[in-house]
Amino acid sequence: MGHGGGGKLSADLFRSVFLPAFSNSILSRGDDQAFLEVGHTRLAFTTDSFVVKPLFFRGGDIGSLAVHGTLNDLAVGGAIPLFLSAAFILEEGFPLESLRRIVSSMSEAAERAGVQIVTGDTKVVEKGSCDGMFINTAGIGLVETDLLLSSDQAKPGDVVLLSGPIGDHGIAILAEREGLSFETDIVSDSAPLHSLVATMLATGAKIRCMRDPTRGGVASSCNEIAQTSGVGIRLEEESIPLRQEVRGACELLGLDPLYIANEGKLLAICAPEDGQRLLAAMERHPLGAGAGMIGRVTQENPGLVTMRTALGAVRIVDMLANDPLPRIC
Amino acid sequence: MCLAIPGKVISIGTENDLRIGRVQFGGVTQPVSLDFVPEVVVGDYVMVHVGFAISRVDEEEAELTYRALEQMGMLEGELPHEEKPEERHEIPR
Amino acid sequence: MKYLDEYRNGRLAQRLLREIERKVTRSWVLMEICGGQTHTIMRYGLDELLPSSIELVHGPGCPVCVTPASILDRAIELALRDDVTLVSYGDMLRVPGTKMDLLSAKARGADVRMVYSPLDALRIARLHPDRKVVFLAVGFETTAPANAMAVYQAHREGLDNFFLLASHVLVPPAIHALAASPGNRVQGFIAPGHVCTVVGCADYEDLAREFRVPIVVGGFEPVDLLQAIFTLVTMLEEGRAEFANDYSRSVSYQGNPEAQRILIEIFEVADQSWRGLGEIPQSGLRLREKFAAWDADKVFDLNVPQAEAPCVCISAEILKGLKKPTDCSAFGVACTPESPLGAPMVSSEGACSAYHQYRRHNLVAIQ
Repeated sequence: MGHGGGGKLSADLFRSVFLPAFSNSILSRGDDQAFLEVGHTRLAFTTDSFVVKPLFFRGGDIGSLAVHGTLNDLAVGGAIPLFLSAAFILEEGFPLESLRRIVSSMSEAAERAGVQIVTGDTKVVEKGSCDGMFINTAGIGLVETDLLLSSDQAKPGDVVLLSGPIGDHGIAILAEREGLSFETDIVSDSAPLHSLVATMLATGAKIRCMRDPTRGGVASSCNEIAQTSGVGIRLEEESIPLRQEVRGACELLGLDPLYIANEGKLLAICAPEDGQRLLAAMERHPLGAGAGMIGRVTQENPGLVTMRTALGAVRIVDMLANDPLPRIC
Repeated sequence: MCLAIPGKVISIGTENDLRIGRVQFGGVTQPVSLDFVPEVVVGDYVMVHVGFAISRVDEEEAELTYRALEQMGMLEGELPHEEKPEERHEIPR
Repeated sequence: MKYLDEYRNGRLAQRLLREIERKVTRSWVLMEICGGQTHTIMRYGLDELLPSSIELVHGPGCPVCVTPASILDRAIELALRDDVTLVSYGDMLRVPGTKMDLLSAKARGADVRMVYSPLDALRIARLHPDRKVVFLAVGFETTAPANAMAVYQAHREGLDNFFLLASHVLVPPAIHALAASPGNRVQGFIAPGHVCTVVGCADYEDLAREFRVPIVVGGFEPVDLLQAIFTLVTMLEEGRAEFANDYSRSVSYQGNPEAQRILIEIFEVADQSWRGLGEIPQSGLRLREKFAAWDADKVFDLNVPQAEAPCVCISAEILKGLKKPTDCSAFGVACTPESPLGAPMVSSEGACSAYHQYRRHNLVAIQ
């Protein structure tokens, strides 16, 4: 199960199995999306699968999650999302009413985001072969920015920005799971980020890369960037935005919010001189309320993410080893 | 696993003959067994471990100890944020 | 969050650190007994912030770490049975037994479920009367009352499909064994605040007197631990071997009488094997004969040998504070959180997992 967690084990699996088999220069960049040159046009292409449990949760469902998640993989590459595909794997006996609800939710999400779901597929498997419903998607977007947004672009001195409080999605999902009875008002932050990205790109700030920290949370995204760029990242614990409720749930369950999935947040690394300007633009956008500067890229400790704690000592924020929350997205 | 955290009791009821309180932890609420703390009333803080309150937080003790800690290393009467390393007080027990 | 945030106050922590620094005139070896305390120390870097003359060694206070592998083997054997639902606290799921862990058993089709509370385990038994629900209940005196309540409730409701597979350990006998052992270097102990919340202070006062060593009850937040360390250092510098309670907002001298009552009703003291430490007499709890119908060990015919598998894991020395995780040749190499060789690398309270999570064994100078 750990291999699906988005942390060390997933990375190991990618490097040891998938990369050697499918090897090409585009895949080896290891980004969330692939940039393709087709004639004079630059496209971004991504694929994703959604196995979230439960299927319906506060703030969304597997359908809207699938649309937003795929869009966001394109958006963080600076692409304008245009078209999505949606393939469904249904468990025998899956209620038609639930399917209608989910499909309707996807349709609404796509329409609000200005994208079209243009192709798809449906397969049905025997009872017990999949848990209700799995969705696989692919997305295509148009890249019009000249910026090379990639996780190998971070440079010492750059600043790390976060678009808002972390952990909402993971905690919202946990609250619905059997065996953990706690009540909260927290809803999943599942949202399409491409308009926030457009606002950010419009500032002209020298953005190096952007990530949407889903499985494995902010910690995993920062670790990936640190490793790919060969730099260190130093976070400031006091600067990391966190809701009271998420904090309470994490204290209760012994979880670290840095590792919890987000579905409507953005991590951005940009040149230091552009940091304040970019942050201001993010804060003005509805999906960037609560944005903050959470750290810096450093030359020291390359490949490692460290954090200055509230008490002033420095600890390591390691790559996620074992998944505390499986089937989170 | 010896993780016990403080929460505020916001209501008390019964479930399956167990005295269950709804305890709030910074915006998250959880049903907690109050069977080990019969003296607890709504508004009290409790330490919760695996869904059971194992103690009532002694707010007076907490206040006393905390104030003593804050006064460490300071002259009496000084504002808390001014540091005066020459003076210190014993922690009262 | 009230009664949490104040005890993470950086300014207050800095002040305590300064006071400790001023008090200290020579080196001292202190042990924090509870794994939860170890994690706070690692997470906030308290051992780095304290003067270098103070050495903190980590104690055996990690119930998951000291659960014998044979219990896990029995849990796994039960879990693999078609009619059994094995219910456990999250931490136990990845601890290696002799051949595998519970999560691997789950991957092989075992019905293994994680719960946060014994009340959830009872709920599962009520919801699924056709399943035999076995609750793997481990813990120190902090958790034992809650586990006891599950059996008490099952007995009261006449729930006949709920069983306890229990491994409870008592802290004072372990500290006694530690303090009495010839290699012991510990000069002062931080007693586990939540264990004392339940059982009270008398045992620890006795230990302080018997071994002429200061013992202070400490909480789990950075300010709590620094306060306890300050008190210990003060006592040591002044040549006093006394007992003190520095977690008085949760701990009273007599502890929690209601929790103690349920413990005595449901359990009795027995000899217990500690993973890594061996057998310590009268250091565990087992279900009383009256509750045999809910005792998984008695109800199920389990044919798992009780022997421990040999391993490179040096958890024994780590739990006694004789070695640090970084002294282990397997640390971070063959033994990592993803592929642990022993329990201290798995448990959220284990010293090895704390070291691994918050810093590296090939520690680059953290600037």
